[in-house]
Amino acid sequence: MSDQPSNPMRDAIQEAIGENPVILFMKGNPDAPACGFSARTVAILQSMGARFAAVDILPDPRIRQELSAISNWPTIPQLFVGGELIGGCDIVSEMYESGELFETLGIKAPVAEPEPVAATTARPAPLSIENRL
Amino acid sequence: MSATPQELKERIEAGIPGSVVEVTGDGHHFNAVVSAPAFAGLNRIAQHRLVYDVFGAEVGDRIHALSIQTIIPSPTPEEAR
Repeated sequence: MSDQPSNPMRDAIQEAIGENPVILFMKGNPDAPACGFSARTVAILQSMGARFAAVDILPDPRIRQELSAISNWPTIPQLFVGGELIGGCDIVSEMYESGELFETLGIKAPVAEPEPVAATTARPAPLSIENRL
Repeated sequence: MSATPQELKERIEAGIPGSVVEVTGDGHHFNAVVSAPAFAGLNRIAQHRLVYDVFGAEVGDRIHALSIQTIIPSPTPEEAR
């Protein structure tokens, strides 16, 4: 191990993942995403009011190379929360739609719309409603 | 040579035993819906890794983008009885 070459890029990425509670590695930056998947992920996080750090992987190909080596995940974007890989665009989208992402990010979910009453238990609206004007 | 949805489908089905796979795509961007008993008990990251692992370094390179939806098949009515 002692003769393992130092890898400043890998160290810097690992440090960034460790120091930022929520960090997104993406193509482009949140104001100008350079890929549809990155754009969608940013849009989801922003719509939730999440605070997140963002790293553009495009300026240096080594960023992506080292990031994927660390995370064992081949695609971009990659969202990390609390140092753990949450996933890319597909997983973030699924978790957003299911509501799980709010919990993961420690954000209070918006007040849910009233659950539609299950069809099997719904009763027909009472017919006694006065509407004779 | 660019990849085809059919190629991806066959490789995933060969790589993940018992999987049922639908792939759409244009030769660069692909969308795979993968149903496999092997996903049971795995979190989403691990499920998606099983699919990515079929292609190794080709993802991001020859296969420019691979969008994945994983499904754990529910038991058939026969099995559930």
